[in-house]
Amino acid sequence: MKRRDFLKNTAVFVAGASVSVAALDFIDPKELLAANPELKWGFLVDTYKCVGCGFCVKACKTESDIPFEANVTRTWVERYVIKRDGDVVMDCPKGARDGYTTKLLDENRSGMVEVPDEEIAQAFFVPKLCNHCTTPACVQVCPVGATYQTADGVVLVDWTWCIGCGYCIMGCPYGVRFFHPVERVADKCTFCYHRISKGGNTACAQACPFGARQIGNLKDPNDPVAQAIMTQRVGILRDEYGTKPNVYYIGLNKEVR
Amino acid sequence: MKNHVWRPLFVVIVIVIGILVFRAFYVPSDFGVQERGYTFGYHRLSNEQEWKDYPAKHKGNDYCNECHDDKIEELESAQHGIIPCENCHGAAFDHPNDPEKLTIDRSRGLCLRCHAELIMPSSGRNDIPGIDPVEHNKGEECSECHNPHNPSLEDM
Repeated sequence: MKRRDFLKNTAVFVAGASVSVAALDFIDPKELLAANPELKWGFLVDTYKCVGCGFCVKACKTESDIPFEANVTRTWVERYVIKRDGDVVMDCPKGARDGYTTKLLDENRSGMVEVPDEEIAQAFFVPKLCNHCTTPACVQVCPVGATYQTADGVVLVDWTWCIGCGYCIMGCPYGVRFFHPVERVADKCTFCYHRISKGGNTACAQACPFGARQIGNLKDPNDPVAQAIMTQRVGILRDEYGTKPNVYYIGLNKEVR
Repeated sequence: MKNHVWRPLFVVIVIVIGILVFRAFYVPSDFGVQERGYTFGYHRLSNEQEWKDYPAKHKGNDYCNECHDDKIEELESAQHGIIPCENCHGAAFDHPNDPEKLTIDRSRGLCLRCHAELIMPSSGRNDIPGIDPVEHNKGEECSECHNPHNPSLEDM
């Protein structure tokens, strides 16, 4: 082979190889959507589907490095038992990180309470997490600018900037914020920002076997979450606070606080 | 103005300048009002990227399927096919490098999360076959009799 031919063939081969590698590196449509400025994250919880297994709480604690034994969690599941006489009994032992495995309700100081089966009119589970409000009260009260809302609607805490004063923990009407026992700062649900901004699902929604939790883009009319919120009867928590939450619930009762 | 006015005023001016100089060095350059305005968007912009770079621990069934496609196929036809692998096998982290082997949670408590019988009308819990944890083979692990990947009672 002549030197000229060798160089020619090499150039053709390299050009051909680089084209095929570039062709394989296709763009994931979900990733493209996550980089879209027309994006506002929202969450949909179907309380009919929730069975109170608490796998979401367990997954969240692992995913976000919250100590398993510490009695704090970014998400939790509440149990409501409404009796035939109208009384509401509610419990949430350890944020339901081990699920609900007994008929006894943990009423803290009053001890364990059992509601007889025949007295139960309604009973259901309500998963809770940060509502990522459109006008978040917790962000407004931060004196140092450590907590903020991103352009796509997620409320985050800057751990390096937080002084741990606890104003935001008191300011949140939903009680979703807590003091991180290891980092010594205020902490909260991030909608798994590290996962959703790469086109993934939140750890809690991924862990749910029944699809009771879903995250989606509220600005995309073809998004299943946006469509469900537009077409179904959904509710939000504590509307009267004017925080405009972005977590919507299917099957919400007035007894749910 | 008299000397007794100038002296404390001078001290105050020095303190204010000192604070402003300290602030210029201490506050990062990207700290300020961002897209959501002063009330909701006053923050250090690079923190958004720091949160995006937070390491994910759960990798999802697709990741498991890259090597364990035989197990996924076996599971998918069973009732437990809706349960993600990592719920029982633990978060993948950087498996198979770190950890090399995942710790499977075979405890009775894990099964009871769904299969402890509760009276929950208006909840999907009522549709799941349940047992009374006190009556049903107390103290034994469920996996001694039931196959978690194929829990069907006919195949037992």
